[in-house]
Amino acid sequence: MNLTMKTALLVLSVAGLALPGVGSAQTQDLDVEIAQLRASLADAKSDYEARIAALEQRLQRAEQLAGSASRDADQAIDIAEQAAIDATSSSSAANTYNPALGAVLVGRFGDVERSWDSIPGFISGGEIGPGGSGFSLGESEINLNANIDPRFFGNLTLAVEDDAGETEIGLEEAWIQTTTLPHGIAAKAGRYFSNVAYLNGFHRHSDEFADRPLPYQAFLGGQYIADGLQMTWLAPTALFLEFGAEMNWGSGFPMSGNGESGPDAWTLSGKVGGDIGDSQSWQAGLSYLRVDVLERNAGDDAVPGEDFSGDSNLAIADFVWKWAPAGNSTVNNFKIQGEYFHRDEKGSFASLPYDGMQSGWYLQSIWQFRQGWRVGARYDEVSSDNGTLFAGTILQDPSWTPRRASVMLDWSPSEFSRLRMQYTDDRVQDAGGSQFLLQYLMSLGAHGAHRF
Amino acid sequence: MNRLIALILILISPMQASALQIFACEPEWGSLARELAGDAAQITTATTAYQDPHRLEAKPSLIAAVRRADLLICTGADLEIGWLPLLLRRSGNTAIKPGSPGNLLAADFVRRIELPDRIDRGEGDIHPQGNPHIHLNPHNVERVAKALADRLRQIDPAGSSGYQAREKEFLARWQEATATWEDRAMNLAGLRLVSHHRGFSYLADWLHLDILADIEPKPGIPATAAHLATLVEALGPNPPAGIVRTPYTDSKASLWLSEKLGVPAMQLPYTVGGSDRATDLFGLFDDTLTQLEALRR
Repeated sequence: MNLTMKTALLVLSVAGLALPGVGSAQTQDLDVEIAQLRASLADAKSDYEARIAALEQRLQRAEQLAGSASRDADQAIDIAEQAAIDATSSSSAANTYNPALGAVLVGRFGDVERSWDSIPGFISGGEIGPGGSGFSLGESEINLNANIDPRFFGNLTLAVEDDAGETEIGLEEAWIQTTTLPHGIAAKAGRYFSNVAYLNGFHRHSDEFADRPLPYQAFLGGQYIADGLQMTWLAPTALFLEFGAEMNWGSGFPMSGNGESGPDAWTLSGKVGGDIGDSQSWQAGLSYLRVDVLERNAGDDAVPGEDFSGDSNLAIADFVWKWAPAGNSTVNNFKIQGEYFHRDEKGSFASLPYDGMQSGWYLQSIWQFRQGWRVGARYDEVSSDNGTLFAGTILQDPSWTPRRASVMLDWSPSEFSRLRMQYTDDRVQDAGGSQFLLQYLMSLGAHGAHRF
Repeated sequence: MNRLIALILILISPMQASALQIFACEPEWGSLARELAGDAAQITTATTAYQDPHRLEAKPSLIAAVRRADLLICTGADLEIGWLPLLLRRSGNTAIKPGSPGNLLAADFVRRIELPDRIDRGEGDIHPQGNPHIHLNPHNVERVAKALADRLRQIDPAGSSGYQAREKEFLARWQEATATWEDRAMNLAGLRLVSHHRGFSYLADWLHLDILADIEPKPGIPATAAHLATLVEALGPNPPAGIVRTPYTDSKASLWLSEKLGVPAMQLPYTVGGSDRATDLFGLFDDTLTQLEALRR
């Protein structure tokens, strides 16, 4: 403790002793002052309280206003948003109800060493064979489809083709289908691609090779297009399970119309399919086609008298298996498919009793090695066992197995265009030969999704 | 033989008829349906995050699933044009026909952006009804959630109170999460990106990201060397913060450009299941923001 502090303490204690000695008059003055101070403090307090209350009231009003303003703003946003949604959703024009309209343009260039239009051991019909050399148009297709009303869907496909300088319009598909039958049942009537086999349900422009496999050409004239009534039932199961039946009439190959009211042909088919993990999908099917044949002949090339009448029973087994990494087929994917045909026929051919069988199969595989680019290979063959009676006719069994081996490469710049080249080692006829085909397939306008 | 018959019977036996069957075209809607319909519903999701929703096939398994569906929720705006119409027609299921309560198209409930000026296939695989990748804006998810909850109540009135409660609970969590994401997004505004396909346009619109270019020269058309070279030239002087793509996109073009520009290429989850952390819609946005924040730094 230094000297200065000691002095200060001394002064303070002296002053403290002196205080009680202050006069009582002075004390009274102080009391009055204190009372006055208290009063003015109370005044100020009530004043502030009033002001605070007023402020609180104003704040509350402001909050209310802000609340309703924000509600208004929210409403305005909702209205604007809804208007924007409506503006982007609505479409209304005179042509709103026009059906989906699409066309497929096909052209090809062929270098065909030895062409053919019949397959040894078979009565061949329809449009078969590798075609000629040089550039030619294939079938150009025009397709229209739409819902007709709440109950029916309709589809029309015209095939426009040039045949020896004359333009021919063929009716490829013209069918209606129910859309509201319950329990997974659908009925189709008109001209349609029969439900038998696997590839038969596809338009040819979606095929992976420029021509149909040999069994299709030998047994179905390329594609079994039927006129009649088709029923399908899709089972309500986790596994895909679909059954179909058809009653078909008409005179197109492979049928031969008998002109009776009963169907000329009927079919049964069953398909089953599913997935194995994310990457693999498969489908397998069995189908049966029974035809009551009347005078089936080889069309334009028919030798008089060489025609078949009788019962025809064709059974077909098919499978397809597809793989893509994690199920993403955009860049890479792989597909393998095969079908086996077996036909038993009994009746008469060229005024002789006929009882024979034919069979055929193909196996093909497609690998997409980069986006838009695919390679594929296919082997197909058919064989016949018509018996020894028919030497010298078109049903004479060949001493070889009509067969082909093909490879193809195609490029699809987009989903709507495809360019393809295909090489085939063709042993359908005894001499055999090679074929080189270039093809373009382009689709414009509406283009329906392809089946699995 | 008896075993085989038993196996076949199990395989083909109808699923429990009591559970509501929901068919969702994309994982985001499958996940939303799970949030709103709860565990009782049976949900089939047609695609995974690793499959391109533009390019699916009408597979047998999907036809079978659509056949049994009580409610179908898909994006619409022509995203599934290549496969959904065929599935609907082949399934013959009238409950989910277009226009019926069982058919819900999410894009009908939101404002669509990038409506094309010219509808011409010469412009690539454009969508006349605007960009269909609508789910990467949480406000759109909210709108679809409300619409889906309405439909669930309409289709399954017995479960109405349950759907109501789940909707309320989900929307509360969703709005809270959206507010958090929007706080985080302040730092992301103006982030410059290159995207592979226009799959992130709604994300960019919401977060104010700046998508400078697409790797696809035209929508749906694979990248070409010439187009990539143009990008390098145009972006080289002032490169973007990163290059983003979806899990279903081939990485080659992105990685090539990333190397040329010296900026990271990033696979964003894009949808539920697109990354380990995107296990539901919340995880999808959390992870997307986290990845974008990494580009910001």
